[in-house]
Amino acid sequence: MSKLPSPDSDGLRARYPAVFDRPASARLATPLMLLGAFGIFAFGLVHLGFSPARMLSGLHQLGWITMMMIPPDPGASLPLYLKALGETLSIALLGTTLAAVFALPVSLLAARNIVPSNLLRFPVRRFLDSIRGVDTLIWALVWINVVGLGPFAGVLAIAVSDFGAFGKLFSEAIEGADQKQVEGIRASGGNALHEIRFGLLPQVLPVIAGQVLYFIESNTRSATIIGIVGAGGIGLQLAEQIRVLEWQKVSFLILMILVAVAAIDWISGKLRFAIIGKRAVV
Amino acid sequence: MTLAVSLLPDQQLAALNQAYRKAVARKRLRVALGAAVFFAALVVASVGAEVNLRTLFTYFGHFVSYFDRILTLENGNRVWTDIGEWLWGWRKWSFYLGETILISYVGTLSGAVLAFALNFLAAENTSPAPWPRFVVKRFMEFCRTVPDIVFALIFVIAFGLGPMAGVLAITIHSVGALGKQYMEMVENIDMKPVEGVRSTGADWISCMRFAVLPQVSAGFASYTLLRFEINVRGASVMGFVGAGGIGQELVVAIRKFYYSDVSAILLMIIASVFVIDIGTGWIRGRLFGRDRRA
Repeated sequence: MSKLPSPDSDGLRARYPAVFDRPASARLATPLMLLGAFGIFAFGLVHLGFSPARMLSGLHQLGWITMMMIPPDPGASLPLYLKALGETLSIALLGTTLAAVFALPVSLLAARNIVPSNLLRFPVRRFLDSIRGVDTLIWALVWINVVGLGPFAGVLAIAVSDFGAFGKLFSEAIEGADQKQVEGIRASGGNALHEIRFGLLPQVLPVIAGQVLYFIESNTRSATIIGIVGAGGIGLQLAEQIRVLEWQKVSFLILMILVAVAAIDWISGKLRFAIIGKRAVV
Repeated sequence: MTLAVSLLPDQQLAALNQAYRKAVARKRLRVALGAAVFFAALVVASVGAEVNLRTLFTYFGHFVSYFDRILTLENGNRVWTDIGEWLWGWRKWSFYLGETILISYVGTLSGAVLAFALNFLAAENTSPAPWPRFVVKRFMEFCRTVPDIVFALIFVIAFGLGPMAGVLAITIHSVGALGKQYMEMVENIDMKPVEGVRSTGADWISCMRFAVLPQVSAGFASYTLLRFEINVRGASVMGFVGAGGIGQELVVAIRKFYYSDVSAILLMIIASVFVIDIGTGWIRGRLFGRDRRA
């Protein structure tokens, strides 16, 4: 086996100055950024009250809690929990549907190819952004003030916060639609509404249906937590059992949530597949 | 230009028309059946969720007037007529907002580090053996399916009230969510560089460091920034269960009907979420811009 010729390092240096003699600013940028990030991290740990002692005693507590959770056991409240789970699923389904129904017309207003005027579009977009900036739990608290405790407040909370998200997503789907079909409708004498109905909607409906299904799925998760502030569903039971330290019931409820979410995932995956075909299932 | 439309004989046309109508009718039937099932589900759901349209119509006025009330000061003026009075607590609220952002920063960063350490074990193409892949994947699934606020509720009991529980809850949730995104990214890489590095006799860690990491680092950074954005929203409600941040102030203001405070805190939350969205968007643009140039 022949030996490789030794590399001509001086020649290489001369030919690739950018590799061998990078300026100090380029070489130091990454370490400095890392150092800065770590500095903020360390400051955060101190400021937020982290200490090894607290960590240890907390982990000890946590280990003890985990031991108490085994085995999961609903006690005598299984029917109650099943009803609560049904409530949660209802909240997710109704909230998402309401949001989609209201968001569709608004999203038309926020789409560039429907409303070309920036002046009109801008307030609609900012309005949707502000709604999205507020968490579902906050909306739940607000609706509890309005319609009282219970799952209905949860439905409305999910509807409002998804309205913002759907408005944005739908308008993006509409902007991504092919303009040629709309032009075709216009060429055959259709008016603006005809253009939307026959040119746009057939293109965007499958996309929108996919997104709605995806949101029903993710709202099943959201619906489990809005119960924590009193808006019904399984979250209410979960928060109560955590507060009274009934750990076996807690772990049972968490398992129920996991199973329900997995089931909804599976169903909506199948449905999405059926509606928009393999191509668009991301 | 002349146009010639050739008409088919009637018999053939009738057959084609019939086939067309049949196809359309079948499609319509399927759509109608789907719609019927969907509406049945809606009805069942509205019974389950105790929907009462009368309540909604009676109280919808309350919802609108709620916004009227939160935009009115104690002395009856609109909030924007006296900004100083409206944002009277801005020092305190900015402090808690800063704490919220710090919670999500620390939580996201530690979650990202853990997810980074775990995802190479979980990705199909880089996992050293099947059993760690299975264990890590199930663990990450568990972390992201249980909502972060449920973890916060439990951690508040284990670690005591305060931001520490919030940070840990966000960390756990980020491990699950980021781990999955990282893993999917690693599964989509080009395997040739990995083979190249392995053929030089490098061990597993060197393969990850010199063949996998350069391909995915920009994407990892982008996902992490996105997660940070999401976590700021999540951290703003951690205070509802006593896990630190601005949520504590907000829940007190809502429950005690300090109307103008509610709108002031909401305004500050929305503004800081906007600023962070724009900031991370800018950083992401820079990262990907640099990536494209290289």
